[in-house]
Amino acid sequence: MNKHAKLPETDEGTVLFNVDPIIVKYHYEIDYLHSYAQDSPFFAGLAAKKLLGSRCTACGYSYATPRGHCMECGAATEWFELPLQGRIHTYTTCHFGGEAFLKETLFTLILVEFDGVDTLFLSRLVGAEPDEATIGMQVKARFLRNSKFKPTDIYFVPV
Amino acid sequence: MRPVYMISGGITKFAKAHPDKDFRLMVKEAFDYAMADVPALTRKEIDGSVCSYFSDHFTRQLMAGAMVQDYLGLSPKPSRRVEGGGATGGLCFQSAWEAVASGRMEVCLAMGFETMSRVNTWKGNEFIALASDTNFDYPVGGFYSGYYAMMVRRHMHEFGTTVEQMAKVAIKNHANARHNPYAQSPALLTVADVRSSPMVATPLTILDICQMSDGAAVVILVSEEMAHKLCQQPVRISGVGCGTDAMRMADRPHGKVPLLPHESEGDYANLKYPGVHSFRGGRSAAGLAYRMAGIVNPVRDLDFVELHDAYTSSEIQTYEDLGLCRYGEGGSFVDSGAPFLDNLDYGLAFTGDQRWPKLPVNPSGGLLACGHPVGATGLMQAVFAFWQLQGTIGRHLGDDTLQLPEARRGLIHSHAGTGTYITVSILERGGI
Ligand SMILES: [Zn+2]
Repeated sequence: MNKHAKLPETDEGTVLFNVDPIIVKYHYEIDYLHSYAQDSPFFAGLAAKKLLGSRCTACGYSYATPRGHCMECGAATEWFELPLQGRIHTYTTCHFGGEAFLKETLFTLILVEFDGVDTLFLSRLVGAEPDEATIGMQVKARFLRNSKFKPTDIYFVPV
Repeated sequence: MRPVYMISGGITKFAKAHPDKDFRLMVKEAFDYAMADVPALTRKEIDGSVCSYFSDHFTRQLMAGAMVQDYLGLSPKPSRRVEGGGATGGLCFQSAWEAVASGRMEVCLAMGFETMSRVNTWKGNEFIALASDTNFDYPVGGFYSGYYAMMVRRHMHEFGTTVEQMAKVAIKNHANARHNPYAQSPALLTVADVRSSPMVATPLTILDICQMSDGAAVVILVSEEMAHKLCQQPVRISGVGCGTDAMRMADRPHGKVPLLPHESEGDYANLKYPGVHSFRGGRSAAGLAYRMAGIVNPVRDLDFVELHDAYTSSEIQTYEDLGLCRYGEGGSFVDSGAPFLDNLDYGLAFTGDQRWPKLPVNPSGGLLACGHPVGATGLMQAVFAFWQLQGTIGRHLGDDTLQLPEARRGLIHSHAGTGTYITVSILERGGI
């Protein structure tokens, strides 16, 4: 027993914004071991310059996104290659965004529709001024040369 | 199922930031207000609670609902947390309804809050965007205003909806809120004000979008027997409905419109539905609630609507999902003046289109003007609807301008994601 026990003092302080009430800076950060699991082939596809959709093996419904099982009937889907050219279904130019994307503003988001595919694909439109995007405009896919294994490995440009 | 009644509610003043109060104290304030309004009710008679808050990231605290429960002195009674994005409050309301309707509880407290001021606005937008698919949607530029901008761009393309019609929704809700002391941003606006405010995501300007808020709200739901015993003017919950849709709006089908009783297939011969222009889950929620409440023609059978106007555009889209007008008519519905209050001057001229009777939408000011502390929002709507049906707006707001003369039946609508979870509940005056 030591009745003179003491915790060591440190010179790490706290960032203080206000005293009444007390408002301090609280930092929070985390690295996940995130698995794309059954959707992994989609990201591998982007690295091979292929855009993979999902087609239902039972009812034939086709999705322009990875989806292991069909929303319409519940059966398993199979991968298929989407065309690398489509049309703008809708669009917006973001002047602001979440903090992680603020430095990328202005950027243009589009939903792409493909011939013969039942659903859409979310991507970015590059190479067009905000007022140049229109619904129905033809766009074609481009891929990053160095994949980051993110959906932004693909983007679209005007045809 | 047994009949369920609302006997009280409370709201804190919604504000950009309440750093002086944590979530427990905010809920406590709303709770004390609600308890004071039914002096016959003791805390002992509350059988349990449901707590709603949307984001663990904003709260920086897991199991925050349990902390509210103990702060209010309700431990060791039953409680749980309900979460479903923007619809968290509406889901909480219906969860409390279920507790009473099932006979599990006689008196159930629904309590909700959000403290969104604890991070900066753009970090807050990032947190909200985590309620979109984090593998496929969020990394492309995760931003809810961007998603809604794409949805309304398609609505404009399909139906000819205009930015001026959207601006009129902002004018309406901000002007209504000038008579609501709980509201965060009352204002008298013009179409030019809305269009010249900073662009956020084309075509949505900052005045087309609700703000983040700190706030709390509570609702007390009870059985018929307890309603008789405790309250002079209980309000009956006559219908509840809920709907969902695919998280990724890209995955939405392009099929047929599910019809409400007053619609026919011929109304929508060439419309591919819902695509990204409409909210199928809202239609589903409305259909279920209308059937339970016996509503055949909503624009006639309802006296007011408090709906989830996180965006001016989504208010217009929601008119159509709720069947207040047909799909494609939302813009004309605004132009007609139908959703505006008769006794306020909005500085607008209306077409007076006779297709629609007057049906005030968001007389409280809605999310656009009241603010949107997510977990509290759906409960806030229930409280305003309750006061409206009781005829006690003047007493609770200190101003009876927003009191509708003949409010017998109202609808509240809570909405998450890009239409991913949606609830509709119908409240009716009296009925005992
Ligand atoms: Zn299928």
